[in-house]
Amino acid sequence: MAEMQIKPITMNFGPQHPAAHGVLRLVLEMDGEVIERADPHIGLLHRGTEKLIEHKTYLQALPYFDRLDYVSPMNQEHAWALAVERAVGIEVPRRGQYIRVLYCEIGRILNHLLNLTTFAIDVGAMTPLLWGFEEREALMGFYERACGARLHAAYFRPGGVHQDLPDGLLDEILDWTGTFPAFINDLETLLTDNRIFKQRTVDIGVITEEAALDLGITGPCLRGSGVAWDLRKSQPYDAYAEMDFDVPIGKTGDCYARYLVRVEEMRQSLRIIRQCIENMPDGPVLAENNKVTPPKRGEMKHSMEALIHHFKLYTEGFHVPEGDSYTAVEAPKGEFGVYLVADGSNKPYRCKIRAPGFYFMAAVDYLSRGHMLADSVAIIGSLDIVFGEIDR
Amino acid sequence: MTDATAVDAENRDTAVSALDSMCDHIRQLLGAVISDAGVVRGEIVVRTGISDVIAVLSSLRDDRHAAFNQLSDLTAVDYPERPNRFEMVYQLLSMRNNMRLRILVAVGEGQAVPSATTVYSAANWAEREAWDMFGIFFAGHPDLRRLLTDYGFEGHPLRKDFPLTGHVEVRYDDTQRRVVNEPVSLVQEFRDFDFLSPWEGMQAQIPGDEKANGEG
Repeated sequence: MAEMQIKPITMNFGPQHPAAHGVLRLVLEMDGEVIERADPHIGLLHRGTEKLIEHKTYLQALPYFDRLDYVSPMNQEHAWALAVERAVGIEVPRRGQYIRVLYCEIGRILNHLLNLTTFAIDVGAMTPLLWGFEEREALMGFYERACGARLHAAYFRPGGVHQDLPDGLLDEILDWTGTFPAFINDLETLLTDNRIFKQRTVDIGVITEEAALDLGITGPCLRGSGVAWDLRKSQPYDAYAEMDFDVPIGKTGDCYARYLVRVEEMRQSLRIIRQCIENMPDGPVLAENNKVTPPKRGEMKHSMEALIHHFKLYTEGFHVPEGDSYTAVEAPKGEFGVYLVADGSNKPYRCKIRAPGFYFMAAVDYLSRGHMLADSVAIIGSLDIVFGEIDR
Repeated sequence: MTDATAVDAENRDTAVSALDSMCDHIRQLLGAVISDAGVVRGEIVVRTGISDVIAVLSSLRDDRHAAFNQLSDLTAVDYPERPNRFEMVYQLLSMRNNMRLRILVAVGEGQAVPSATTVYSAANWAEREAWDMFGIFFAGHPDLRRLLTDYGFEGHPLRKDFPLTGHVEVRYDDTQRRVVNEPVSLVQEFRDFDFLSPWEGMQAQIPGDEKANGEG
C-alpha cells in the first residue's frame, strides 16, 4: 500500500481540562500525534490586577498579591512589601525579617508540594497527591495560626509583618520539620525511581541553558537546565544572607530534572526553616515608623497622636516619594518582580507584575514542538503553571 | 555586630563602585546612541531613542563585559500629559555581573517600536501584552495578537483614559443561550474617594486662597 499523508489537524485543549492546571486553552496543530505548533490562549482568568492597583493605596494593593499565585501567597506579598520599603526607605526589624523568611520557605514547600504531586497525577500517579495534600494541610494550619487565613494571608506588610506569632507556634513548626523529611523520602520512593514516571519525564521537554536564558525562564526550571542562579543567594533580601543553604541544579534540563530540583529545594527550605526558628531574634516585628506602619492597638487607647496616625493610614494611606524601581524575589516558581512607579501620591502610578509563569507559558510552544500529545501534559505539569499569576 | 556592619558597608561600597564602573563602560560602549546613563537606587538606568532600541539591546547582550543575558521584563507606562505619551521599559539582568539595568524609551501614540524578539525571545509575549494593554505597535513582531483580553475586545485597558469599570460587561443570556456583551450599567455610581490631605498632598490652589496669598 502506498504511504499515506495524514492531514495536519488542529486540536483544542482546554480551557476546562484538569491537566491544564487552570483555565488554559491550548490550540495544538498536530501531525498525527506529533505536535507541530502549540498556541496557548491565556487571559481567561485576567482580572486587571495592575489596573486595580493603580486605584488603591499602597496598603490596599497588598492583598491582590495573594491572589496572583494562590499556591504560595506570602512569597508574592514579600515582593510588594520589599518594593514599597525600598521606595519609602524603611528598615524591617530583625524579627520581622526572620518571620518573613520563615513563611516564605513554608510557602515554597506549599508550592512544591502542590506542583510535584499534581505533576505526578498528570503522568498517572495518584497516591502522591493524596499524601501531599495532607502535608499541605499542616502548612496551611501554620498560615492560619499566624494570620488567621489559610490562603489569602495579607500578612506581610511594608515594614515587617502584621502581627507577632502566637506562643508555641514556632515549636510546632519545629516538630513538623522533624516529620516532614520522612514524607519527602516516601514521595521519592513513589516517583524518583518509578519506571513509568521516568518514561514519561526523562528527555521530555528539554530546555538548554541558552534557550532558557533567552526565553526568560527563571527559578527551578532554569536551575533544572544547569544554571546556578537563585536570587536568594545572588541578591539576598531580608535575612537570606544569614541563612546557610544550597542551591540544587539539574544537569539535563528535562521534566525529570525539574522534578528533582524541586524535591531537593524542599529539603533546603526545611534547613532554612530550622535556622529561622533556632535563631529567631526577639523584638518588634513591624518597623516603628507610624508614618508608614500603624500604631499598636493599646497605644491608640491613650495616645491622641497614635489615633490620628491610625486614622490617616487607613484612609489616606502613606505617600511614596516619586521614582521607579524594579524589585524581584525568588518566588517558588521563579523570579517574581514588581516594577513600581510612584508619583509622590498615596497610590502607585503604575505597578507592573513580572510573573515567572508568564514566561514559562510563552515557552510551551518551544518546548512541546516535536513531542507527542501526551508529553505536552507532562511539560505543562513540570513547568509549574498557575493561572492566577500568568493572567493577573 | 560592628564587624558585620563594617563588612556590609564594605560590600555596599564595592557594589556601588561596580555599578559606577559599569555605567562608565556603557557610556563608552553606547555613547552615540544613548542620551543618558546613571545609577538610581542601585539600578542602572539608560535612556535611548526609539530607533536605537535594538542596537542598544543587542550590544548590551553581546558585549563580553556587560553580558546582560536575560530580559526580565518589558512593559510600558502611560503618561497622557507628555508629548510622547508612552514610556517603554526594558528590564535586563546580567547574571555574570549580578546587575540589573533598565532601558527607558519615550514612544508617541501611533509610533511603531522595533520588536525586541530578534534579540530576546522573551520579548515575544511581553510585547503582545504591551500591545494589548497600551496599543503600542511593535514593528517586525512575528505574531502581534491580543494576549490577555477577551476575543473581540476593544480598547487598551492600561491606558490612563480607560475607565476602571471598562466599557462592556458580559452575562449569560437565557433566551439566546449564549454569553452576550452589553454596555456596563452600574447599579451604584463608581466611587473613587479622594483621601488626599489638602495640607500635604494637594498641589493646586484651594478656592479662596488667592486672597490669603495677596493676589486678591
